[in-house]
Amino acid sequence: MSESVESVESVESFRLRARAWLAENMPPLSGEVAEPGDLGRREVERALQRRLSDGGFAGICFPADYGGLGLSPDHQRAFTEESVPYDMPFSLSVPTLSILAATLVDFGTHEQKLRHLPAILRGEELWVQFLSEPSGGSDLAGCLTRADRDGDLFILNGSKIWSSAAFASDYAMCLTRTNWDVPKHRGLTMLIVKIHQPGIQVDQIRQVNGSMEFCQEFFDDVPIPASDVVGEVDDGWTVASRLLVHERSAVGGGSPYTSGRSMGHDQPSADRSLARLAEAAGRSGDAHVRQLVAEAHVQQLVSGHLIERVTRGMASGKMMPPSGSILKLFRATLVIRQAEIGLEVAGCDSAIWPKETTPPGRVVGEASLWRQALSLGGGSNEIQRNIISERVLGMPREYAADRDVAYRDVRKGTTSTTRS
Amino acid sequence: MEFELTDDQEFFQQTTRKFLAAECPITAVRSLEDDPAGYSAAYWMRGAELGWTSMLVPEADGGGSLSEHGLLDLVLVAEEMGRLVSPGPLVPTNVVASALGESGSAEQRAALLPGIVAGELVAAWCGTDPVEAVRQGEGFALTGVAAPVEAGAQAQHLLVAARTANGLTQMLVPADSPGLAITPMGNLDLVRRFAEVRFDGVLVPKTGVVGEEGGAADDIERQLQVAVVLQCAETVGVVERIFEVTLEYVGDRYSFGRPLSSYQALKHRFADMKMWLEACHATATAAARAVADRAANAGEIVSATKAYIGPHATDIIQDCVQMHGGIGVTWEHDIHLYLRRATVNRGTYGTPAEHRERIATMLMGAQP
Repeated sequence: MSESVESVESVESFRLRARAWLAENMPPLSGEVAEPGDLGRREVERALQRRLSDGGFAGICFPADYGGLGLSPDHQRAFTEESVPYDMPFSLSVPTLSILAATLVDFGTHEQKLRHLPAILRGEELWVQFLSEPSGGSDLAGCLTRADRDGDLFILNGSKIWSSAAFASDYAMCLTRTNWDVPKHRGLTMLIVKIHQPGIQVDQIRQVNGSMEFCQEFFDDVPIPASDVVGEVDDGWTVASRLLVHERSAVGGGSPYTSGRSMGHDQPSADRSLARLAEAAGRSGDAHVRQLVAEAHVQQLVSGHLIERVTRGMASGKMMPPSGSILKLFRATLVIRQAEIGLEVAGCDSAIWPKETTPPGRVVGEASLWRQALSLGGGSNEIQRNIISERVLGMPREYAADRDVAYRDVRKGTTSTTRS
Repeated sequence: MEFELTDDQEFFQQTTRKFLAAECPITAVRSLEDDPAGYSAAYWMRGAELGWTSMLVPEADGGGSLSEHGLLDLVLVAEEMGRLVSPGPLVPTNVVASALGESGSAEQRAALLPGIVAGELVAAWCGTDPVEAVRQGEGFALTGVAAPVEAGAQAQHLLVAARTANGLTQMLVPADSPGLAITPMGNLDLVRRFAEVRFDGVLVPKTGVVGEEGGAADDIERQLQVAVVLQCAETVGVVERIFEVTLEYVGDRYSFGRPLSSYQALKHRFADMKMWLEACHATATAAARAVADRAANAGEIVSATKAYIGPHATDIIQDCVQMHGGIGVTWEHDIHLYLRRATVNRGTYGTPAEHRERIATMLMGAQP
């Protein structure tokens, strides 16, 4: 025991080794922002992840038995800080590493972990979550996608939506209903689903900002081996709940499993884009604009402080896991305010520009159309506020009409998206 | 505020909490409303015995801290004082003690620090805006106004920033110096005291200069940082306490046959308040660490902290007033004492707008 303690490399030594290795092996950050679903970029990121893996810097907080390094969040933080100037496999961090792989660490069987975790850490498998359904996203446990047992198989039918870049990914964790005769939370099962196979159709959805990242999937009698159940049959809600905790941490910026700068981990000192926008618009001397630019910068700095506090608080047990919702809500409301400040600073340039050009104001204007996305995805702000008030502050739970009712007998709405 | 306290720090925090609850409960705070100083000398000396005025003073001068960083120990006191809206010149006394410990001459340190550590001497800090200093013989004559100066009328000594021909210079001025007029001001807080300090040709001998003549800019920036860190820690304690009280209140109170805390419209506001409160805690901690570590970006973080906590603190408390209903706007309920403290803290040691302008200058250069 004492031997293994002594053999752990100190954070500072790890940092220095990472610094040298990064300089030798990783390309500098280009500054170009790729569409998350850009297939070419996905291949670049797989290769970058492979490079991290070959260099011994992949999966810093993942268990050593499954291809990780088994080091602490402080080691990860040091590596992330050192990696800021370099191109990194950013889109692998969320959702593959910080949400799906993290959930697999918690609930996967030894065989599932051996099969998938080393491959994920080598960049060979990208994962997504199949959770939300066209009939509604907030009531996640009210899922209608069914998996019917047939010997050693489950037969999957139904539809999922809002998965990120499923068309360019390899595996999904899919929440399914396996028992209709019990209340909704008790009849769910989480399955590992290979995305590209007969019976699964993946459609891309065009978003307001032109992004084609999000997808809807349709399942038509897809056979899933029973060995691909994550956790227990009919206990998928336990797995889904943990997955959501990982998601909120990841989106809020507090996950130890992300590597490299990502959402919420932006280096505040590098976030000067509004200041540059004000300068480009010739308004950096305007007192009102200066106040707004500073306000945005303050929020950015405080966001980093909050991430550190909540991450440490949860790691030490002083804060409960649902506290991750605080980070998610902070980040989502920060994005709203920053979008508003962007419009105010850019002025009319955010709405109108010379044809065939992309001035900074246009970027701000188009981003503002998308500002609610983070307040919707990964659990809406309203759901996060329920979680914070009920599970962090201990206030009474909301009334639910479907509590203790067999899911078969629960009233369901009539609107849902049908196959296109 | 900090999750990771040492055993010593936790004991110190608990001792301060028990002392304040026993010696200066809210009823005692209310009874000091018309007291000229806002606190009793005996109370301050007992606080000093607990360490309230020694944490930023070097051991050689009779001070000493629990941990490696006295500032991180002292923020625990500030936060506890916030939780009970306690009186006492914690910020000015410690800012001056810290300044003298760092830049004071042996003579200045010997004259003031033992008295400050014992709680027998109070010192006031006149802020970052300099008065004018004209050379007069070996010393200087000071002219100008500093206001508001916390505990200005209670202090025996004032530390003032002055502009000499050579630049920013700090000077130590006895409160009974000829030409010095100290006039108490009104303010929202029941037990905080502020004064206007008017310098009308006040003579300061060479021995009154603290540090190098013309070389005080960094020291004065450091004093501002220490003041804001202590003030923000106090404000976090203020907000934390009132949030706890309000959360309990809506659980006990019923309307339409249900506890108020069961209404989603209110629950969601508590969720927002909790988020802002945690962010206030987080940034106050980050600022304290940055200043304690003398981080290169400490000034930036301190200003972000003040700019964030200032308006959020008063917003949260005002929302807590709303959650209380009519009782929340009565004199009888203690919540206004907390709102008063947070509002005064918001406006002193740089307003949120002034701190945002400091950040704007860091990002985009000075305003033309």
